[in-house]
Amino acid sequence: MRLHEYQSKEIFANHQIPVPRGRLASSPEDAKLIAEELNRPVVLKAQVLVGGRGKAGGIRLVKSPGEASDEASKILGSKIKEIPVRRLLVEEAVNIQQEIYIGMTIDRDSGSTLLIASGEGGVDVEEVARTSPEKIARVYVDPLLGLKDYQARNLAAEIELPRPLWRSFISITKGLYQSYQELDATLAEINPLVITADGRLIALDGKMIIDDNALFRHPDLVEKRDFSAEAPEEIEAQKFCLEYIKLSGDIGCLVNGAGLAMATMDIIQHNGGQPANFLDIGGGASAEKVAAALRIILQDPQVKTVLVNIFGGITRCDEVAIGIKKILDQIKTDIPFIIRLVGTNEKEGREILASANLETADTLQEAAGKAVQKSLEYAP
Amino acid sequence: MSILVNTETRLLVQGITGHEGGFHSVQMLKYGTNIVAGVTPGKGGEWVLNGKIPVFDSVQTAAEFTGANASIIFVPARFAGDAILEAADAGIKLIVCITEGIPVKEMLQIKRAISHKDIRLIGPNSPGIISPPFTKVGIIPGNITKPGNVGVVSRSGTLTYEVVYALKQADIGTSTCVGIGGDPIVGTDFIDILSHFEGDSQTDVVVMIGEIGGLEEEKAAVYVANHMTKPVIGFIAGLAAPPNKRMGHAGAIIEGGVGTAESKINALKNAGIQVAHYPEEIPELIKKL
Repeated sequence: MRLHEYQSKEIFANHQIPVPRGRLASSPEDAKLIAEELNRPVVLKAQVLVGGRGKAGGIRLVKSPGEASDEASKILGSKIKEIPVRRLLVEEAVNIQQEIYIGMTIDRDSGSTLLIASGEGGVDVEEVARTSPEKIARVYVDPLLGLKDYQARNLAAEIELPRPLWRSFISITKGLYQSYQELDATLAEINPLVITADGRLIALDGKMIIDDNALFRHPDLVEKRDFSAEAPEEIEAQKFCLEYIKLSGDIGCLVNGAGLAMATMDIIQHNGGQPANFLDIGGGASAEKVAAALRIILQDPQVKTVLVNIFGGITRCDEVAIGIKKILDQIKTDIPFIIRLVGTNEKEGREILASANLETADTLQEAAGKAVQKSLEYAP
Repeated sequence: MSILVNTETRLLVQGITGHEGGFHSVQMLKYGTNIVAGVTPGKGGEWVLNGKIPVFDSVQTAAEFTGANASIIFVPARFAGDAILEAADAGIKLIVCITEGIPVKEMLQIKRAISHKDIRLIGPNSPGIISPPFTKVGIIPGNITKPGNVGVVSRSGTLTYEVVYALKQADIGTSTCVGIGGDPIVGTDFIDILSHFEGDSQTDVVVMIGEIGGLEEEKAAVYVANHMTKPVIGFIAGLAAPPNKRMGHAGAIIEGGVGTAESKINALKNAGIQVAHYPEEIPELIKKL
């Protein structure tokens, strides 16, 4: 789960990381009031969970409370990359002398946390890593020992930070690491961390991603979860504990297991078709869950064929067949179905499908071939 | 011989009184696995599975009384990390964690903490191990495999079933099948299992099933090129997967351009490994060897 900038900055502030003064506004009046309180030029920043919001017009510098109100009324309610802007962070403007990058994430390869710093912040750090890897400083943090002072100091030295700022930089780096640990984050970054014209370090933007598997430890964050950047059908799927991801093709897929779901998408592509979605119904799915999954697939107007691929272990094929039959009784559709059921109660499942005149396939390759053929023939 | 498990395996089940643990314990017993104990804190002294298996409060006591030398974990995610460490502390040498959803930072710590001990952790988020015809420590359906000379290692669950089933349909048997788990941080990687298969007299061919995310398959490809004499057939899932989206498994994600299926397939091919386009092509490739 990704946090908003304002949420990350609240967390940073609680860990002794300097952030610009400011507050959240949800109306032009709020924005004006905050600008008056700050009594200096302010920056309005749209709180939407998409990248590149600055270029899309989501960040404005304004000089007066009146201007803050005018600009806020333009941004609030507008859309940035299809996401409606509901809130703005209104902050004091900062005089920037230099932009730095500091971030940390899980490094799968070494089984530790990787800290990265660069003297060139404010830009896409992955881009810097590709084009000028020598500008990126790295340290690996032992998961049992945690971040040590010398490691933060080494980063400061390596990015050639002026010595008078080292103490502050170490404190900020440790504060960021504590935030990252306490919130079970898989990524925490300050980009940019700026050196101000008067020689201070301040976190101008922040990003945190929390491990979904650790959300049970953070019910307060779950309550504030912002679904606006997530596809509505993906949110609907989550209610039924289904893993659904919308893709751009026209063959809807219903599969049990994540690896098999990916392989099913791949084999559709291998046969010249394009999958409309990734969908994993998990293990031991009930007929109700199968029906809910099919309802979500059939809501996608691009879908021209549905391919069901079930390898029954704890999942029972007859239960899946009942779910398919159920949804087809409820929703009248002429979209063709190709169904492959293998494993537990396969025979019973096939009998149910035969009684409903549904087309089946024995192998995955046969099923994919048929599905691609049907999708080409389908004319609504 | 099989790898990791055999008829000498004396298995204890952590979470045996739960729904999942109970169901799969019955399946494992039916298959022939020697389950010697269960552990559920607070239920020590009970007998389960028709009174055949004693339940203990701790792994320590279970191991002392029964001589268990392997453990399988079915406890819920928020307690599973603790269960792994408890088994490790009690001296269990093989720990198989089926549970999905353990926080990744907890796994970083656990992996580091047991790294200096002589412990083999499989998983988490793994379907376990099966060595036909008598031993399974996990949830892989027993009837979809037959004994044979092909070793299978995979990051996935049902996709692995698909592959071993396709092998069986083609009259090809499995020596041992190991699911290493779909999480970003797992106890055992491809290279560990490949080296076991290389040294296993029953295994003549290895099938390696990878998927998007991380660099494990790329590293395994280098290992195969430099250290393996037995032929390896590969399959990588996720060619059609978009970047920056987690495809069901916590570890199946292309991040910062790292972990694409193309990169993995190229790495395998460069190592001289034949890569199947779809699961059912794997038996065809094996027959052509």
